[in-house]
Amino acid sequence: MNAPPVTPLLQVEDLRCTFDVSKPWLNRLIEGEPRRSLKAVDGVSFDITRGETFALVGESGCGKSTVARLVVGLYQPDGGRIVFDGEDPAQLDAARRQKLRRRFQMIFQDPYASLNPRWRVDRIIAEPIRVFGLMREDAQIRRRVAELLTLVGLSPADGTRYPHEFSGGQRQRICIARALANNPEFLVCDEPTSALDVSVQAQILNLMKDLQDEFGLTYLFISHDLAVVRHMANRVGVMYLGRLVEIADSRTLFEQARHPYTRMLLATIPDISMSGQARPAAQGEVPNPITPPPGCTFHPRCALADERCRREPPQLLPAGPARHAACHAVQEGRDAAPALRHDTD
Amino acid sequence: MAPPPLSPNDAPLLRVRGLRIEFPTRRGTLVAIDDVSFDVARGEVLGMVGESGAGKSLTGAAIIGLLEPPGRIAGGEILLHGRPIHALPPAEMRRIRGRHISMVFQDPLTSLNPLLTVGDQIVETILTHKPIGEQAARRRAVELLEEVGIPAPDQRIDHYPHQFSGGMRQRVVIALALCADPELIIADEPTTALDVSVQAQIIALLRRLCREHHTAVILVTHDMGVIAETADRVAVMYAGRIAEIGPVREVVKQPQHPYTRGLMGSIPVLGAGSRRLVQIDGAMPRLTAIPSGCAFHPRCGEAFARCREERPELLAAGHARAACWLYAGDNAAERAR
Ligand SMILES: Nc1ncnc2c1ncn2[C@@H]1O[C@H](COP(=O)(O)OP(=O)(O)OP(=O)(O)O)[C@@H](O)[C@H]1O
Ligand SMILES: Nc1ncnc2c1ncn2[C@@H]1O[C@H](COP(=O)(O)OP(=O)(O)O)[C@@H](O)[C@H]1O
Ligand code: SF4
Ligand code: SF4
Ligand SMILES: [Mg+2]
Ligand SMILES: [Mg+2]
Repeated sequence: MNAPPVTPLLQVEDLRCTFDVSKPWLNRLIEGEPRRSLKAVDGVSFDITRGETFALVGESGCGKSTVARLVVGLYQPDGGRIVFDGEDPAQLDAARRQKLRRRFQMIFQDPYASLNPRWRVDRIIAEPIRVFGLMREDAQIRRRVAELLTLVGLSPADGTRYPHEFSGGQRQRICIARALANNPEFLVCDEPTSALDVSVQAQILNLMKDLQDEFGLTYLFISHDLAVVRHMANRVGVMYLGRLVEIADSRTLFEQARHPYTRMLLATIPDISMSGQARPAAQGEVPNPITPPPGCTFHPRCALADERCRREPPQLLPAGPARHAACHAVQEGRDAAPALRHDTD
Repeated sequence: MAPPPLSPNDAPLLRVRGLRIEFPTRRGTLVAIDDVSFDVARGEVLGMVGESGAGKSLTGAAIIGLLEPPGRIAGGEILLHGRPIHALPPAEMRRIRGRHISMVFQDPLTSLNPLLTVGDQIVETILTHKPIGEQAARRRAVELLEEVGIPAPDQRIDHYPHQFSGGMRQRVVIALALCADPELIIADEPTTALDVSVQAQIIALLRRLCREHHTAVILVTHDMGVIAETADRVAVMYAGRIAEIGPVREVVKQPQHPYTRGLMGSIPVLGAGSRRLVQIDGAMPRLTAIPSGCAFHPRCGEAFARCREERPELLAAGHARAACWLYAGDNAAERAR
């Protein structure tokens, strides 16, 4: 396939977000502690092409949700920019920004927390329609809500019920219906199935794929589950301590991961096919993000780490076709060695 | 360590027969576990898998005598070495707990006292169960911490739980569970709260320790991948009953019960690219609305008349046993329909 170059639907450039995690002022004074900050997102860049699913994957606390919230405007970045269909929301006046915002929506991990328990389901789904003033007539809105409920596999009659009357999977369907209310083009999905059982997860993932096919949706899909990411994504970015360490198309990444952290993550997936092969064990744990290690932040867990790794943070650079990696060993071509120590554990 | 001698009558380590757990409520009695039977052999890892609410945790809690009231064992029996333990007085059950059976929970913090150093907690547990002095107990505690992979155990022993990371805390909890050389550990979602890279380490640790100590484990989890890697046998639970039980390889590779088949197909796997996932429509029923006959029948693509009326017992199905009428010998005609 040799597609002509297309402008991406979403461009994220050198995005940064730092949280102040200092103790309260008085405690700092008494204990003589300095201010502390946590770089939750530390220079992240990626593009998403229209119609594709780009996934972010990584362990808890690596900054996936923060990226998601920055993209939809729930957090303000401390640096970098986000360009949606050629426009930077931060540069627009309020009216134009509102118009742009309508075109992207977010689905959260916890379908319990993200629905107002006191509202009927039809009101929940109609809310974004009213907020953006897309439709004004009640009858028209009612028809649209019924259509949305049907679309996500519920029945129009479910609109008269309250969230607590639904199971987790059904609540996530309600969240999806609400997200689709204004015909968005782009959905940010932050662990949309992590709180669900596998059989329900399968229903929601199938639904998300069907909706994507039907409406040509573009997804930023966030998950810590590599098998789910493999199933959903065209391209994948792997995050570690606020940075992207490897980006590649899904197939390349899962068949020939190059970054030692990606390789470690892949090795941790329980082998459900029961091939009986011994897997190298992952080493150590994610360090405290307030005091990340110098140089490459992965170096304390990396079997390929050398002097340079301990000193100099690697940049995300091209590493073969359809792949970028932030790793000195990859750049120096010494990444063929086993990136993981074999251990009895 | 030498495996403990086999008991003369060669009874399985644990035998659960017809277990029934009820919750009395104002609107009637809820039956959460209904006629569950299985055995655990010495040194065996029995996986217990199922979706949330299937009854995995309750089964584990009943075995170790930690069922929270108003939940109660309303029928059946639990035998340890052939001796009933489901109706023991609390003091006697406490002796069994720790000495013979111990428990590892999902959240390591629920098992650790935040006000005591991990060393104090381990030493105290050892002293409760073993006739040894304080010095020896402390030496044993350092050994245990070393065994579960805590670096510099002679220093870390004096640290408090909050000074450990999540994965290290779960290692400490495992050390605690091993203090009295129990014959059975019940591990309820021991890795669910942990990062994926740490999860793999903890599972490998559990597996290695149980092999070395010849300890049996009931591993409760919703993660079929963890079961496939760890368990010898697996029990698949659905709506308070065992749907299928058998050797893990057979159940994972050739699931027999229609629910297990659907469950296996619904799991995304790396090698399969992005094929459409098998979908079991609907959801597991609530306890207030368990369907008649086979509780799975409203969601089962193979249901037939008998399924709606009669509840299937576990029947021989391939190398496993499945609670499904497809495996009743007298069903051949119906199956051909
Ligand atoms: N509002 C906040 N204030 C302070 N720190 C925060 C805040 N939100 C996130 N963080 C920190 O920023 C880092 C990234 O958090 P984020 O929620 O983006 O991680 P994540 O990758 O989504 O993790 P998970 O897989 O657990 O959802 C973490 O160390 C987190 O503790
Ligand atoms: N205290 C309780 N009161 C009423 N029902 C309960 C109580 N505890 C558990 N249950 C019910 O028992 C069933 C099994 O629970 P549990 O063993 O915790 O499931 P699992 O561990 O498989 O997720 C569920 O339907 C649950 O709602
Ligand atoms: S080889 Fe060096 S740069 Fe690459 S991941 Fe390991 S420590 Fe980081
Ligand atoms: S007994 Fe009937 S309904 Fe139940 S699983 Fe078997 S075929 Fe399906
Ligand atoms: Mg998150
Ligand atoms: Mg449970």
